[in-house]
Amino acid sequence: MSDNAPAAGGPDANSDERVKEMGGLRKWLIRPELGGIVGVIAVFTFFGILAGDSGMFSAQGIMNWGQISAQFMIIAVGACMLMVAGEFDLSVGSMIGFAGISIAMFGVVWGLPMWIAILITFAICLSIGAINGFIVVRTGLPSFIVTLAFLFILRGFTIFVPQTVENRTIIGGIEEAAEGDWLAAIFNTDLAGWLFVWLGNNGIIDTFSRGSREGEPVISGIPMLIVWAIVLVIIGHIILTRTRFGNWIFAAGGDAQAARYVGVPVDRVKIIMFMTTAFCATVFACVQVFEFGSAAADRGILKEFEAIIAVVIGGALLTGGYGSVMGAALGALIFGVVQQGLFFADVESSLFRVFLGIILLFAVVLNTYIRRIITGER
Amino acid sequence: MTEPIVKMIDIKKHFGPVIALNGVSFDVKPGECHCLLGDNGAGKSTFIKTMSGVHKPTSGQIMFEGKEMSFNSPRDSMEAGIATVYQDLAMISLMSVTRNFWMGREPVKRVGPFKLIDFDMANSTTMAEMKKMGINLRSPDQAVGTLSGGERQTVAIARAVYFGAKVLILDEPTSALGVRQTANVLATVDRVRKSGIGVVFITHNVRHALAVGDRFTVLNRGKTLGTAVRGEITPEELQDMMAGGQEMAKLEGSLGGTV
Repeated sequence: MSDNAPAAGGPDANSDERVKEMGGLRKWLIRPELGGIVGVIAVFTFFGILAGDSGMFSAQGIMNWGQISAQFMIIAVGACMLMVAGEFDLSVGSMIGFAGISIAMFGVVWGLPMWIAILITFAICLSIGAINGFIVVRTGLPSFIVTLAFLFILRGFTIFVPQTVENRTIIGGIEEAAEGDWLAAIFNTDLAGWLFVWLGNNGIIDTFSRGSREGEPVISGIPMLIVWAIVLVIIGHIILTRTRFGNWIFAAGGDAQAARYVGVPVDRVKIIMFMTTAFCATVFACVQVFEFGSAAADRGILKEFEAIIAVVIGGALLTGGYGSVMGAALGALIFGVVQQGLFFADVESSLFRVFLGIILLFAVVLNTYIRRIITGER
Repeated sequence: MTEPIVKMIDIKKHFGPVIALNGVSFDVKPGECHCLLGDNGAGKSTFIKTMSGVHKPTSGQIMFEGKEMSFNSPRDSMEAGIATVYQDLAMISLMSVTRNFWMGREPVKRVGPFKLIDFDMANSTTMAEMKKMGINLRSPDQAVGTLSGGERQTVAIARAVYFGAKVLILDEPTSALGVRQTANVLATVDRVRKSGIGVVFITHNVRHALAVGDRFTVLNRGKTLGTAVRGEITPEELQDMMAGGQEMAKLEGSLGGTV
């Protein structure tokens, strides 16, 4: 309140002399992406020095951490928008396993055409997302509890169904079943192969020097995984920052009651965000299943937390109302680079978790500080 | 004599066994500021929530511009032209002034197949409207959290006025504010009233009410105790009506002045 006290005898001029002009640095500081940008620079510098000559930054190396980062990005987009809307979803990891098994059950075990299996899986997963959202919105319970319940429910089903029907929890044969399927192709094709052939022929990237693929470039194209990640990030970013619906997402997470009073359909927004998270998890599952050629009931464990960490590193507030899809994408990039970078730098990979914990703490402290600046409480 | 825009006749509202409102009648005319006074628990909030469509009255009529209306949601009353500014729920502090100003009614323009928010238009309109209310923003991207309490109320009022409110309900807009900010908000109320909008001003501060009010209605225990016109009532009488008279007089005697 002391901030608001009238200045004794202060003139009521046009510009308020008690509001300091915001410096350029400070303005930059309140961008949600700041943490992510700083982190990306730090991480690249670090591994540039530590693992610069290990092949981490060769075409193959880039493709390696690029794909890992892209995986994180896909689920981070959904988690980010949901967190901005003031909720979060702990069932993402279970949903990934569930969707993978669902595709395998319908497409391989029950022999439906792969594109039908994919569509059915999307329908089921989006419905589960909607149910998550509906329960949260209707009961007013914290999404933490509701989605924790679904973490177990989904994982249980994911193991139960293939175990009962097929007596196993890993189902292969997906590659053969998806052969020539148009819908499976959008999750599992390498784009712009000609470009890499050209790059290989001109000695810009390496080619295989022996074996059955001798002479072919080491990278056969841009995997759909990366395309999906980039497309989802761009769409998510535009929706969140540029559209009316995006404004409603911020409003729903910032103060649901205030948003309702001006006519924002808060419940609908939140349910749609839960469905978006489910959609991203299902995309992740599709890409993974078609890449590996198999589905396993234990896929996706801990992914929900990795998504949340990427989002928080990206500058979103756990309490909602503030965040950035671009930031979350940078968070995912940091994730991928560090996870693979430790491998390239020949560091014990268990240290990855130590690093995660530390960077998470840093990010949360930074975010809390930024929040104080935005809301003017110092 | 001008016709009232909103007329609430014998409104009753029960919450289960609790009788929150027991026959309240109230009206507001264009260009007047009608103050609704009452102590905590008198039913002020319930009453304005029926007016703004949050609650449906158990019985009673709501007449809007001479026609009977039934509001099912805040959106209904908003569309009819009744805007409500809530004391602490007016704004979302993490969002920019522009985003708050347009929240729920964002202007969009087509860009190819997409409908994007027209930020150029939204920003310049926000700046202009705030200037009219006497607030100079540093920038329209400024988060509402950086504004003072009085400025936030003013943004909310400016928003309601811009979107064509015919009736503006202000729920204790001054109760959390300092002296100077209160004066600013009261000046804004006065400006809004002069533009022909009917203002319903809820407060339990008699001095704030007397500063801008044209008529005063006192609510006590879910009932109207009566309506007085400006100049016909003294602050002391108003205070007595609100607090139930006798005991208050005693208390004030021991405190040495009007509370």
